Amino acid sequence: MDTASHITLAALGQQLLVGLSRTTILFIVSSGLSLILGVLRIPNVSHGSLYMIGAFVTYSVATFIGGQTGFWVALAVAPVAVGLLALAVERGIFCHLYEREHLMLLLFTFSLMLVLGDLVKMTWGSDYRSLSAPPMMQGSFSLGGMPFPRYNLFLLIMGPLVALGLWALTNKTKIGKIARAAAVDREMVAAMGINVSWVFAFVFCLGCLMAGLGGALVAPTQNITQGMDHAIIMEAFLIVIIGGLGNMWGALLGAAIFGITDSIGILVWPQFAIVFPYVAVTIVLVFRPKGLLKSTW
Amino acid sequence: MQNQKLISSRSLILMAVLLAALALFPSVASRYYIYLAALMLVTGLLASSLNMVLGFGGMYQFNHAVFYGVGAYAAALLTVRGGVSPWWGYLVGPLAAALLSLIMGIICVRLSKLYFGMLQISLGSLVWAVVFRWYSFTGGDDGLHGVPVPRLISSGEGAYYFVLIVSVLCLALMYLIVNSPFGRVFMSIRDNPERAEAIGVNVRLHQLIGLVIAGFFGGVAGTLFVTVEGTVFPDMLFWTLSLEIIIMCLLGGWFTFLGPMLGGAMVVALRAVVGTYTDYWTMVLGIILMLLIFFLPEGVLGFFLARLGRGRTAREEN
Repeated sequence: MDTASHITLAALGQQLLVGLSRTTILFIVSSGLSLILGVLRIPNVSHGSLYMIGAFVTYSVATFIGGQTGFWVALAVAPVAVGLLALAVERGIFCHLYEREHLMLLLFTFSLMLVLGDLVKMTWGSDYRSLSAPPMMQGSFSLGGMPFPRYNLFLLIMGPLVALGLWALTNKTKIGKIARAAAVDREMVAAMGINVSWVFAFVFCLGCLMAGLGGALVAPTQNITQGMDHAIIMEAFLIVIIGGLGNMWGALLGAAIFGITDSIGILVWPQFAIVFPYVAVTIVLVFRPKGLLKSTW
Repeated sequence: MQNQKLISSRSLILMAVLLAALALFPSVASRYYIYLAALMLVTGLLASSLNMVLGFGGMYQFNHAVFYGVGAYAAALLTVRGGVSPWWGYLVGPLAAALLSLIMGIICVRLSKLYFGMLQISLGSLVWAVVFRWYSFTGGDDGLHGVPVPRLISSGEGAYYFVLIVSVLCLALMYLIVNSPFGRVFMSIRDNPERAEAIGVNVRLHQLIGLVIAGFFGGVAGTLFVTVEGTVFPDMLFWTLSLEIIIMCLLGGWFTFLGPMLGGAMVVALRAVVGTYTDYWTMVLGIILMLLIFFLPEGVLGFFLARLGRGRTAREEN
């Protein structure tokens, strides 16, 4: 690997920051997945589809309104739209299935992924779309001689904000505390007179909303395509697993491992960059099969 | 179970009729249908191989496609890059898949259910990622096309008969395995691992052997795919295909022996039929699967066997 000798410190730093902004997206998406896994115990395969829908809705809303406001409106509208879609699915079909085996639930969400994927194709067609960052965040600034996109800085700020918000929601609010209690012992929570069914609906909706938010935030940074769902869901699952099922900080840690190995991998050995995160995940799982941090299961 | 006959005479006659029909099929059908039937057999065999661990072992093998793909790639690469006779592929493909299954099994087998499935997926994704990117060796995302097939079986009909013979042999072998003392122990592990452990069964070892068997037959299916299509591509290892294989098992009936065969054939037929009318075939599959989960959780064959009240389903309800 003689390519490694060309790596300068500045390039390394730049790539590290790129990796961290990627971490933000991965964290937001996988924290939603982790929430659903932790409380509802459902490996939601359709999570990636909701992320993709979030990106497409963002594209449509932002280009329809246009300009600066277009993006900000889209950023607010897309996650909510995705959350409402998830709520409808949960109340309409999904809530009747909770007593089934994990495998059935997984296959149900997989079939949902197949349906949503084709619905996206019907609505937006098979061509890829691209959305430019809002005007105030276009361009880049210099960071030790290397250019760094402004939008990525925005992502770096969003990551901790979302993490903090999610932490406050699950630890400081009543419904968050109920949801955490339901994750540990749902019968007990139900016995206390709490409508667990609606708690589940809330958690599912919130988790999917995070997928939509991830999709909205990623929209200006890459092509919005069919197949976004396949790519992200596998990564999100692995992140949740290496972090520890249902543990939000674990999702953050896992996302960082994934994002950073990926971006450093691009620097070291571009052709096989895609392999690096999987190697990292495998190493973690061989030594810590249940994840790095404590699972809430 | 000891003094029960392995196959009842009734189902033996049924099998003979079905086999005769399959053997005569090419003389009445057109090229396309022969090809489709061969593909159904391959896919059915693939689903059956997964069901060895899924339905009979209760193990969540979430990335079975990897063994299918590795079997196919090993056979194809041996001929394309190694330049040896394609016949060797039928030996090397399944063995490579079995070896990979052994390695992954050793790493995963100490985990249960979902954790097991997730670790399998992550290891499988690693293999997929390597195949997907290693352009100079595997052809990367383009895959390999025009893989040589032995001349004897290179025609559509020849491939069909070869696939038929190998699939029937493999199914017979799997049937014997399921009904062997090993198979019984395997099912007891599925139904109650703690109890199996308590009566002195080495649970991990049995699970590992089951995984290797499933990987081996998955690899056989992969080599047969190369025979039918003459091509390999990384999507064969992708996790979405793995979940599709699980659907096949579920669709046919994952607690029956021939259910996955039926499920595999149904998915291939569905894709062929629905695909001619609409581009949105996966949506149709998704909707069918949703209906299935609601109304026929035991699968089509499982449903009919339960209805008829005869034939053993793999899971004895108690």
